[in-house]
Amino acid sequence: MAIWLTKDSKVIVQGVTGSEGSKHTRRMLRAGTNVVGGTNPRKAGTTVDFDGIQVPVFAGVAEAMKETGADVSVIFVPPAGAKAAMIEAIDAQIPLAVVITEGIPVHDATAAWAYNVANGNKTRIIGPNCPGVASPGASNAGIIPADITGPGRIGLVSKSGTLTYQMMYELRDIGFSTCVGIGGDPVIGTTHIDALAAFQDDPETAAIVMIGEIGGDAEERAAEFIKANVTKPVVGYIAGFTAPPGKTMGHAGAIISGSSGTADAKKVALEAAGVKVGKTPSETARLMREVIQSL
Amino acid sequence: MDLYEYQGRELFARHALPVLDGGVATTPEEARAIADRLGGRVVVKAQVKVGGRGKAGGVKLAEGVDEAEARARDILGMDIKGHTVHKVMVTNTADIVEEYYFSYLLDRANRTFLCIASVAGGMEIEQVAHEAPEKVVQQPIDANVGVDEATARDIVTRAGFPADVADQIVEIAQKLWQTFVSEDATLVEVNPLAKVADGRVLLLDAKITFDGNAGFRHPDHDALEDASSVDPLEQRAKERDLNYVKLDGEVGIIGNGAGLVMSTLDVVAYAGEAHGKVRPANFLDIGGGASAEVMANGLEIVLSDPAVRSVFVNVFGGITACDAVANGILQALKLLGERGETVTKPLVVRLDGNNAEEGRRILDSAGNPLVERVDTMDGAAQRAAELAAAGA
Repeated sequence: MAIWLTKDSKVIVQGVTGSEGSKHTRRMLRAGTNVVGGTNPRKAGTTVDFDGIQVPVFAGVAEAMKETGADVSVIFVPPAGAKAAMIEAIDAQIPLAVVITEGIPVHDATAAWAYNVANGNKTRIIGPNCPGVASPGASNAGIIPADITGPGRIGLVSKSGTLTYQMMYELRDIGFSTCVGIGGDPVIGTTHIDALAAFQDDPETAAIVMIGEIGGDAEERAAEFIKANVTKPVVGYIAGFTAPPGKTMGHAGAIISGSSGTADAKKVALEAAGVKVGKTPSETARLMREVIQSL
Repeated sequence: MDLYEYQGRELFARHALPVLDGGVATTPEEARAIADRLGGRVVVKAQVKVGGRGKAGGVKLAEGVDEAEARARDILGMDIKGHTVHKVMVTNTADIVEEYYFSYLLDRANRTFLCIASVAGGMEIEQVAHEAPEKVVQQPIDANVGVDEATARDIVTRAGFPADVADQIVEIAQKLWQTFVSEDATLVEVNPLAKVADGRVLLLDAKITFDGNAGFRHPDHDALEDASSVDPLEQRAKERDLNYVKLDGEVGIIGNGAGLVMSTLDVVAYAGEAHGKVRPANFLDIGGGASAEVMANGLEIVLSDPAVRSVFVNVFGGITACDAVANGILQALKLLGERGETVTKPLVVRLDGNNAEEGRRILDSAGNPLVERVDTMDGAAQRAAELAAAGA
């Protein structure tokens, strides 16, 4: 098992015919993902050839689900159309929508989230502006490179893409059950807490590494959750200890405003919840290695 | 992007919200002309994006055109908490009877929009919330429902606004919401929202933040960006679509992915503790692509910062293959040489991930004496800090 994405997951790609969508569909197929279709209303009824694999294009998510039994959608639609793509996935009640698109206006992301809540929260949204979900050896939904590491016992949840890859690489000899990139935008569909809860319940996950960054208070709230609900060992890392206040560091959400959102405040909160926090990615990996060895 | 108060006032006026008449001036003469048009007593306010203007002497009353010009002359060029005053706003004065607070903002934690309203305005809302929380009303706003008259009236009633101003504030609340949505703002804050002597309610201050991601819907927002207040290197980087933030250290940083670059800043700052206290000179995320051209543009920006003494290129090849990154670095150095900006500062490069071995081989066999390759992120940070300290 893994969380949210398994070898049985049937994946469709919204925006499969676009440049990003087609590039990454090919990569997902190579990684062994069961990509059963894509959507583009203007090219419905056609197929796209990916190295000999014919992927059918449907008019919309509902039709694609009906025809293929898809239960995961990966969204590569550009920012201007991303809200409509998310609403379409929510209307179709697909269980998992992974929104890779970077640069979605926060009003659109907030509206899409409110729409999902108003419709009973039937769709788990991951992202936007995230690298996706990878369950090594089973399936890969998004843009996380599939060849960094193999299956193993660590669960990983992270706001950042390349830091996710870095951590997967550092701990590649141990391997991962599932790696979830939740994205660095101010409003995201899946939080650290959602992933922590799922890893806690996943019998194949023995320990969890959680990567955060400056801005907001998601890590502080995750710390509260860990204290109350997580019995598996958690190792943490926060990027941006030396970031100055008031400067946005790449991610729209990564900004220290006033006295809140600092890496130090997050570290203190996590350590109070029994989480070991590394100062650097390599130290974090070392802490996780010690945890795994002690199990 | 944060707006200046005068930009906020103009934005409110465009959205038919009641504000004081006025204008913005960059010279004392312009201030005089505005005061002349307005007539009578005016207020001259320094335009800086920092609080505490009044205490710093950046807000002055003026009786008539001569005084307006003189006060503008005093305030223009003034330094307020490190911000030089380049513009003053000149408006009519208001005979304030009561001050309230009203804002809409993004509530990240709850993934919704939030309205905050209070009858206790004119001071920091955080202070009010701390000292008299019963005077502060917070109401989540569903992005798909918005603020209609009923919602606005509910907020006004809950906040306890006086009956004689309730209708006006109900209307302001709706128009302000329309402004918040149609301009893709993440914050519109009015403090004070004031009742003046003739019974009208006016928006006397404006704090507005726009969502940079929504820029494609608002071509007009670009013009509101104040190039003079942006760091010149940041401005150049922006023109090249590079995500660059100027910091005040000596080690130039180039990496791929916001999180990894933030992490790189940390690792360099830690390494600097043992090497002359050198610190990162910048944040630069070149993103996933990392082509030779992007790398050249990035290197050019980082190296044109005179404080930089060494550069740390930290790339984890995810989608990008490291051999492409290595070639990118070599081509970038060549490109810069051809542009007449020959690189003389040392580069420390760490490549890991996708095709890292080939990338390392390419760098090693190029034999460029300025390029030093280190296998680990920590080791490379140490070396970059050491070189920066030695180059002092």
